[in-house]
Formats: sequence, C-alpha cells, structure tokens
Amino acid sequence: MAKAKAGQPGAWFGRPLKRKEDPRLIQGLAHYVDDIQLSGMLYASLVRSPYAHARIRKIDASAARKAPGVVAVLTGKDIDGVLGQIPVAAALPELRIPPHFPLALDRVRYVGEAVAVVVADDRYRARDAADLVEVDYEPLPVVSDPEKALAPGAPKVHDQFPDNQACRWVLQGGDVEKAFRQADRIVQQRFVNQRLIPVAMEPRGVVASYDAGRQTVTVWSSTQIPHLLKTQLALMTGIPETHVHVIAPEVGGGFGSKLNVYGEEALVTHLARTLGRPVKWTESRRENFLVTIHGRDQVNEIELAVKKDGRILGLRARILADLGAYHQLLTPAIPTLTGLMIEGCYKIPAVRVEYIGVFTNKMCTDAYRGAGRPEASYLIERMMDLVALELGKDPAEIRRKNFPSPKEFPFATTTGIVYDSGNYTAPLDKALDLVGYKKLRAEQQKAWKQGRYLGIGLSTYVEICAMGPSSTMPAGGWESATVRIQPTGKVTVLTGASPHGQGQETSFAQIVADGFGISPEDVVVVHGDTSTVPYGIGTFGSRGTAVGGTAVFQAVEKLKQKLVVMAAHLLGVPPKRIEARNGRYQVKGNPKKSKTYNEVVLAAYVAKSLPKDFEPGLDATSIFEPPNYTFPFGAHACVVELDPETGEVKFRRYVAVDDCGRVVNPLLVDGQVQGGIVQSLGQALLEEAVYDANGQLLTGELMDYAVPKAWDVPWLETARTETPSPVNPMGVKGIGEAGTIGATPAIVNAVLDALRPLGVRHIDMPLKREKIWAVMQGRQG
Amino acid sequence: MKASIRVNVNGQSQQHEVEPRLLLVHYLRDVLGLTGTHVGCETSLCGACTVLLNGRAVKSCTLLAVQADGAEITTIEGLAKDGKLHPVQEGFWEEHGLQCGYCTPGMILAGYDLLQHTPDPSEAEIRRALAGNLCRCTGYQHIVTAIRSAARKMRAEAR
Repeated sequence: MAKAKAGQPGAWFGRPLKRKEDPRLIQGLAHYVDDIQLSGMLYASLVRSPYAHARIRKIDASAARKAPGVVAVLTGKDIDGVLGQIPVAAALPELRIPPHFPLALDRVRYVGEAVAVVVADDRYRARDAADLVEVDYEPLPVVSDPEKALAPGAPKVHDQFPDNQACRWVLQGGDVEKAFRQADRIVQQRFVNQRLIPVAMEPRGVVASYDAGRQTVTVWSSTQIPHLLKTQLALMTGIPETHVHVIAPEVGGGFGSKLNVYGEEALVTHLARTLGRPVKWTESRRENFLVTIHGRDQVNEIELAVKKDGRILGLRARILADLGAYHQLLTPAIPTLTGLMIEGCYKIPAVRVEYIGVFTNKMCTDAYRGAGRPEASYLIERMMDLVALELGKDPAEIRRKNFPSPKEFPFATTTGIVYDSGNYTAPLDKALDLVGYKKLRAEQQKAWKQGRYLGIGLSTYVEICAMGPSSTMPAGGWESATVRIQPTGKVTVLTGASPHGQGQETSFAQIVADGFGISPEDVVVVHGDTSTVPYGIGTFGSRGTAVGGTAVFQAVEKLKQKLVVMAAHLLGVPPKRIEARNGRYQVKGNPKKSKTYNEVVLAAYVAKSLPKDFEPGLDATSIFEPPNYTFPFGAHACVVELDPETGEVKFRRYVAVDDCGRVVNPLLVDGQVQGGIVQSLGQALLEEAVYDANGQLLTGELMDYAVPKAWDVPWLETARTETPSPVNPMGVKGIGEAGTIGATPAIVNAVLDALRPLGVRHIDMPLKREKIWAVMQGRQG
Repeated sequence: MKASIRVNVNGQSQQHEVEPRLLLVHYLRDVLGLTGTHVGCETSLCGACTVLLNGRAVKSCTLLAVQADGAEITTIEGLAKDGKLHPVQEGFWEEHGLQCGYCTPGMILAGYDLLQHTPDPSEAEIRRALAGNLCRCTGYQHIVTAIRSAARKMRAEAR
C-alpha cells in the first residue's frame, strides 16, 4: 500500500482493521453507567404520570418518605426556582418554547412525565417507595393526533399557545407557480412517516457524585455530548461549569436518543449535591419507551410538477411534524432537515416547503438516526416511483434523467445548500448491475402473470452530514482534537467526539499511525471525559470522522512539522531538507543521515538542545471548523417477493452501494451501513409507536414494539463507489446514517412495486404483514 | 427475611444471603460485581442479560437469584480461559460482530449455546438461535459471520 503523506493517507488508512475497543467489550470488562458502584450510593426512582394530560391537584409523599431505606422524596415544588429548564438549542423564527422542568409543577402533558423522585439506599426500595407516592390528578382533555391538534377547539397542550402550533417555517426557491403551470402532469401523494422509538440497547443512566470539599460534581451519563451536557448542567443547577465534570463512559448505543439533555441528568446531579452521597438513576426499558425522545412522526403532503419525459420542474410540500408536548434539545429543528433535503439527488428548479410543528400530548420527538433526512429521502424516493408509475416509465430512468451531472458539482440546490461532490449515476449503475436489474424486470413480468408478487425497489439518496458549519448549527459544529506524543513515542489522542459504538478508537488511531509512521497499537484514543479532553461537541449527525477525524488529522500535521524541525536541528540541516520515511526522519538525498521517530520525540522532551522558538514537548490541539457539510450518496436496490397467504415480505436480494467519500476503515463502514439498513427495515416493515386517543403509548414495551430480530433480516450485499469530499483534507464524508436514509424507500418501493398488478399506489409504513395481506384479499375478495 | 444461596460462578463457589426477590442479574452485577452481564429490558425480551446456567443460555433478568441456588453459572467474564479468548469471542472481534457492545455478552453466550449442540449451523439456524437477543447496532450480519467463524474454529480444534 502507498506510503502516507500529508493529505494523502496511506498505509493504515483504508484497512479493515479489527477494533481496538473490542477486547474489553467481548470479555465483559467495559463499564457502562449502570456498572459504576460508589460507596454510599443511593438510587433514584421517578414517579411518572399515568395520564397524558392532567392537572396535579396534590402530591402526598408522606408514606413514601416513611418507607424503609428512603432518604428523600422531591416533587416539582422542591425544585421550583432551584433547577433550571430543560434546554432547547434549536433556533427558528417565532419558535414557541413552553416551560419544561425536570419535574412537572402543576400539570402533566404526556404519559411518563416525571412528577416526583424518590431516593433510597437500594434500587428495589426506591422503586417500592415510588409506588407509595400518591398523586391526585384531574384528567384534562387529550390531543394525540397532530392534525386534530391544529383543528379549532382542540384541547390546548399549553394554554399560552391556543392553536397548538409550535413553529412554522417556509423554504422557497425558484418560481414554483410557473413550474406547476408548465407541468404536463402533477403527481401528488400524502405520506405518514410514523413515530419511531430509538431503543438503544443500553437504557439511559446517570450517576452523580459530589465532592463537598472541592465543591465539584462528577456526573457519569450515557450521553453522546458530554461537553454540551457539562455546560447545560452548570446552567441548570447553578454549579459553576469549572466545578462540573462529565464522563460518558461506555455508552450502549444512542442513535440520537442520547444527543440530548434530560431532566434526570440535572435531577440526579442536584440530588448528589444536596444529599451529599452519590446517586444513581437507571432507566427501565419501560421508561426508555415513554420518556426518551422519539423519532420521525410527520404527516406529509407532496406534489411534483413533471414533464411527460420525466423531468421534474417543481416540488411543493407540507410537512406536519408532531413534536410532542415540549421541546427537547433539537426537537423543532429536525423537520427543517427534511425541508432542506427534500430535493434529494435531483435537479428541481422550483421548491416550496412549508413545515408546521405541532404540540400534542406525547413524548417529544428529536434526532433519531438520520434525523429529518430519512423523512426527506422517503418522500422524494417514493415520489420518483410514483412519477415512474404515472408516466409508465422505468424508475431507474426517471431518476437518471433528473440527476445533476458530476460536472455540476459543487451543486447548489434550490433550497440553498451546496452538495460538495457527487456522481449519482455511478452507484446506481453499480447497484443495477449487481442486482441484475434487466433480468429481474423480465422475470417480474412472468412472475406477475403467474400471480406471484415480485417487486424491485430502488432508492438513490443523498444525505447531509458531517455536521457542520457552526453558522448553521445550534451549538457549534466544529470539533477538537489534542494529539500528544509521549516521550516514549506512544501517542494519546483526546477527541471531542464521543463515540458510542462507531469505533473511532480504531479509525482515529489509523489516521494517527499514518501520520507518524507508527502502528495503531501505539495510539490510544481518549474520549468522553470533560476533565481530560478539551471542549468538544460530540458524536451525532455522521460527524465523527469528517469533523472529529479531521481535527485529529490537523493536529497530527502540526506535530509532524514540529518533528521535522526537531529532526533538522538534530541533523544540522534546514527543515526543508528533511523527509519522513518509514518512521525515520532523513536528509533528502542522504538517507544514511537520519534519526528515528523515537530519537526525535525524546529530543523534543529532554530539551537539551532546542531549535529556535521551539517549545519543548509534543502536544498539539487542533479545532476543525468545517466550511461546509458533506453529502454522501448512494443507491440501494431491494428485491422482494410477497407471500400471498400471509402477506410476509420475503427478501430475495438487498444491494447497497454507498459513497461516503474516502474510507478509513471499510469494516467499520460496512458495520454502519448494515446496522442502518436494518433500522430502516424496522421502519419500513415493523416498527410503529402507537398512541391511542387518550395519549397512552400502546407500544410501550419490546413485546409490542417490533425491533428487527436476526431472522427478520436478509443477507445484505454492500459495495461502494468513492467520490472524495473537497470539504476536508482526508476527503471523507460520513456513513453513520446512510443506511437509515437510503434503505427505507428502497424496501417500501419494492413492496409497492410487487403490488403493482393490484393497482395499489401507496400503503403507509410500517408495511406489516396484515396490511399487505388485507390489500391482497381486497383484490381476491 | 433473607435466603441463603450457594452458586458456582465462573468456577468460583459463592454463598450469600439474598432477598428472595433479588433478580439473578442483580445478584451477579451488584453482589458479585460481575457487570459484564447487562440489563436491557427486565422482561426477557432483549437478551442482554444472557448467562449460561448449568451450561445453557438463560435470561438472568427474569430469574430470581434463589432459583439459581446450587447452579453452575458462566458469565461473559468466565468465558476466556487462561487469558485466551473463546473462539466465539474471537469471532466477534475478527468479524466486527459488535459496535456499542451492550448486547454483546448476551450474543456471545447465545452463540456459545448454539454451537454446543449445533457445531455447523446454517445462516438460518444462527438467525433463529438469536431470536431472543436484540442488537440495534450491527444489523446482525457480522454477528452471523462471527458465529460461523467460531464454528469453523471450534470444529477444527475438535478434530
């Protein structure tokens, strides 16, 4: 493999290296929040509302206070004026922000909202005592449907916002009226993008410990954003930020659900401080369903103005987003990403999107893997198939016709963003080739004649990731890295990214190893500890490698320059005459005159003789502020056959061709793609958070909410094309969310394609067996 | 009122007075400090708490510690022998069969259980054997290849 050089990664970059983090994880030696045991630790249990909407008349905690082992019981009144509000970082014009506290004061607005916290010396006793807290509720009318919430006379979630509208945002570009006037045809559809529950395998948890002498609190939380959490905890609790130390230990999956600041984090911190003992709270799975953020939940109306030949002239859409009862950190911002990405990978000269955010008596929605973009790709990719259907054309050809050509990049979209690089036909061609598209279409004709339901679904997607330029982000879009060469030559990396399964202890080590000509074995990546790691933003929005990794790359570059200066000094030549090769620093044209990496490193530390203006030591911090987002893309092809007896979707093939720019570690990329596709499969076929008219979550357990199991999943064939990003020096883009963005429409398109002989135009997700079966029966009966 | 239990965990005999309602998983985690066994749902549905009880994979979150009295238990901490990883652990490492790692101990032990009675499982048999274990990160494919790879290794070792 090629030798590493600046901006042109080499030896370790691109290798499918197995992960450095795995030995501890496969031996049960890793520590998640609930694994932390501190002496004298207390356990918190929350009392939660069984009503979706009710006034709190009275809370009687006397029996709970007397229960064995109970140390404290707090209600909303006890923290009123003591703990600040749960923060919302999203900024939208005229955004309505209702008060939102860790414990409800006098009214609850969704099932599961916390009204009291019980602290006891044992987790079982804490739960027992929580059951003894008597809350007198006066139930109020409930609204759990976003369209009903907007109707006149609907129950008011917040009295001060009588129309239940949280925000309205319009995005417009081009002459939409003209586009629709000039259209040969207008293709319309309404889509429901159902509410999903993230279900990270590790429920949330918080441990807080207060050091009264130093007046410092240490908080372990299962969070994706330890630094942002530190700042917010300081603001919420009034403890100076210098005295708040947050640790994200091993975090068992997040998918956006831990990209937040939750009431329990502030509450447990407050309890540890006031009680003077460590306090732990661990979410039950039931709580995880009820009170950790949900995803998606949009009702969309969309229409495309098209020419007979399949060219798209314009797009009009209305996004109705059910935000739930309050805002969490990014709640109202998520649907704006749907608007921004609604054009997909097509040239659509005129676009108008209206987004209305609605309050209902449900848990808040927020970022769930893909966060607004899966909704966008689903809309436009379903619409491309409907355009093909209405015009009697091939779905692949309709897509191809509307792609910008590779020469048009960077490509400015009508919604006002700039796609960094792209070649959209490349993955489509590859996917069609791998799946044997032409043959399949021929086979399909025969199958249909035999009464078999064979379907082929395509999706060509583009996503916005590597979030992002700070000017467009709610709380900074940069990332930090400190690279520290130790005197022995081993390297410690401190990254502001906060991986929780992505594998950046390995991929960042690969980047560093290339830079210094050492082995990844000699690199340790530290993350998730605000006392050790300089301020950073965290891991979400497929930003870890493209933003965090770039910061690492830049810090390495700084140190490489310093090493060259030191080597030149030791060898008595000007720095420009030094070249780094195979871990040695040698004089150009005279390789015998050289110093090893270790000799140069040691010389920088012992500092007996230093070059002019050379600071001893080898420690460099870099902060990467991305000039743009990156825009990975790809094509997925899905082949299904439906069982006419049961409605079951039987997968024949699934081919994913993704382009995430240059790849640091293909093993990790495959893992991200596969995991994402399966979450997509969950949305397409199985998962659905159902609230009834009373605001009760009917799918509040794993028994009722169908997370895909191993047997639900077909063999996934993955391939790649590689179009480097010009946004960062490594040319990387990001891959964490591509699966959830690309796959959902491919699967749904395949099922609907299979049902074409029945004249079925659309079925809303999830495409459960009974829905498909009923459609088939309708025809047969 | 507490009950006395005697169990053998990872080759070490243990005797404790426990509350009759104490779940086995909390006994392992909180009393013995073996936190490699995770709690993912408390309802037997996710499999993060899977351990081997007398050689078979069970969910320790819906078993009381007193029910395990007299049993031999292996947790993820007890799978590697003399510093050598078990082939199923090696398989998960080599095939990238894990991401966040939370379901992993349960997955590994479920895979171990399968290979005890099915040394050469098909893809479908592996997927079926994992029916009681959820993973939200990997999409399962690398878990399937991990168990297959372990099966190959174990058959080779048995020869």
